[in-house]
Amino acid sequence: MSLLKSREVVLGGVIVLLLAAIASRFPGFVAPANLGRVFTDTSPLILLALGQMAVILTKCIDLSVAANLALCGMVAALMDGMGVPMPVILGTVVVMGAGLGAINGALVWGLGIPSIVVTLGTMTIYRGTIFLLTEGAWINAHQMSDAFKAVPRQVILGLPVMAWIAVAAIAGVAVLMTRTALGRAFYAVGGNPHAAVYTGISVGRTQFAAFVLAGALAGLTGYLWVARYAVAYVDIAGGFELDVVAACVIGGIAIAGGAGTVAGAVMGALFLGIIKNALPVVGISPFWQMAISGAAILAAIAFNARRRDPGRIILKRAEVRA
Amino acid sequence: MSISRTLLTTATALALMAGAAQAETVRIALVAKALGIGFFEAANKGAEEAAAELGDVEIIYTGPTDTTAEGQIEVINSLIAQRVDAIAVSANDTDALVPTLRRAMDRGITVISWDSGVAPEGRAMHLNPSSAPLIGNTIIKLAADHLPDGGQVAVLSATTTSTNQNIWIEEMTKVMGDYPGIEVVATVYGDDLADKSYREAQGLMQSHPDLKAIIAPTSVGIVAAAQAVTDAGKVGEVNVTGLGLPSEMAGHVKSGASESFAIWNPIDLGYSATMIAHALATEGATAEPGATIPIGRMGEVTLDENGEAAMADPFTYDAGNIDEFSSVF
Repeated sequence: MSLLKSREVVLGGVIVLLLAAIASRFPGFVAPANLGRVFTDTSPLILLALGQMAVILTKCIDLSVAANLALCGMVAALMDGMGVPMPVILGTVVVMGAGLGAINGALVWGLGIPSIVVTLGTMTIYRGTIFLLTEGAWINAHQMSDAFKAVPRQVILGLPVMAWIAVAAIAGVAVLMTRTALGRAFYAVGGNPHAAVYTGISVGRTQFAAFVLAGALAGLTGYLWVARYAVAYVDIAGGFELDVVAACVIGGIAIAGGAGTVAGAVMGALFLGIIKNALPVVGISPFWQMAISGAAILAAIAFNARRRDPGRIILKRAEVRA
Repeated sequence: MSISRTLLTTATALALMAGAAQAETVRIALVAKALGIGFFEAANKGAEEAAAELGDVEIIYTGPTDTTAEGQIEVINSLIAQRVDAIAVSANDTDALVPTLRRAMDRGITVISWDSGVAPEGRAMHLNPSSAPLIGNTIIKLAADHLPDGGQVAVLSATTTSTNQNIWIEEMTKVMGDYPGIEVVATVYGDDLADKSYREAQGLMQSHPDLKAIIAPTSVGIVAAAQAVTDAGKVGEVNVTGLGLPSEMAGHVKSGASESFAIWNPIDLGYSATMIAHALATEGATAEPGATIPIGRMGEVTLDENGEAAMADPFTYDAGNIDEFSSVF
């Protein structure tokens, strides 16, 4: 019974139903090779959703992840243009992404500004910085080295490196969330900040750590994105932060903080990724596509609201009984 | 009687002076949105070409250092002071330049706009690089030219509400009868986002295995589609074409993902603007609705009721000329 109630199981069931519905119109979609392609395509969303999950768990939100991604991606492309070797580029984007996340975290922690305001501001600043770096110019496929474009495409054991990076990140964040003090602190801070303080957890520092994690993942994704689409310009991944938040919400990460699982975030991202990849092939009018995506998000959220985890109202229930 | 005589004498004197001026060098100012932009440098090249052809023309290529209307106003004021014969401007603002340009026209300077227009009261005419019907025809022709036996093609547009793209696709649909054997199987929308355009292009290739060409009349879409075709290993099977910039498409033309694509040619545009400015300033051509003005090797343009004219079909770029232009714009 508790298994049926688990939101992850329900979401998994919905994804299977969705795949079955798509397969009835376009059987080729569920071929293993195509599912692998869909997973690869969804990898950036999964990576960002994992970082966003940590941030949302601590009662914050990071709207600057897509801008962070775009800025780090542009820097990676610029470095490649200067002939910097690949390992250095990879190291730089992760450190730089973490640094940009740390700016968000420091403002939230140090100045106590609400995260939605901080990240709304840094989102614009990061995008503006790309414009300053490039004056709006594009970096195109022929200006990137072959090695730069090849890394995410390299196939190992049937899946491109990009997908393996997502798999590694899922495993890494799952261990972090369930097996480390920091991971548990994310839940504690969001679930009950006062109780967290009494147990010796610094709320601000935990939120800071969540922003740094989200930033580092966004920085890494920035390189993957630019290399995959072989183009870098100011507006890449425009509006992607909303997809990331939607993936988390669909995955059952409580927007009020403190509840949610890695499996949920990943399945939320996959749900959106499957819809995005299926709509072009099932022959639905493009005019309907946006409405369908939106309806799916609303349906998931309505479901989420109905099945609210009652774990934190033990005392109220006890009061009612008494 | 004596008054009309005086007037006649004055008119004759003016005509003589004008004739004398004509024998001298005609000075045409080509005003760019900003200096240092490849597109306008190329337009200047075309203007110089026109000047060499006309013989008695000096081109003054100028512009502000950044793309502001204020900067252009300063530049135009100095051109008025220099008493140039004609000003051809690509405007940074439709309305802001009008008072200054009116002043220029009051002093007898011929003013036209090209590329980016000025409001009708601030210029004699405006030269558009192309027109919606010409673009609509070009994008399907680009696909058809590489499909002698016909085949399926699909359109990858920007957003469902992009006015330009919708008009071009509409114009394309009107001329489909001229391309028998070419079948447009789908129109999809990449929203001018690289990732969505890429995904839509993948979807097109999956749902239409016999697809022969993707037409993307948007610079984000055409690049994303070319990358999707490359990644799908369908270079040579699916030709990506449409409207794009040479600097952005160079790699994809060389890889073969795109046989050819189109966009305006800045050299032709500078050439035509100079020809028109010269014709209006010296040869008594008038800029009025319905008027036809010859533009040398580019043929002629006809003005519409708004005093606007379309130069030509968009220029086709392929492996033969991409290197020359990819460094320009």
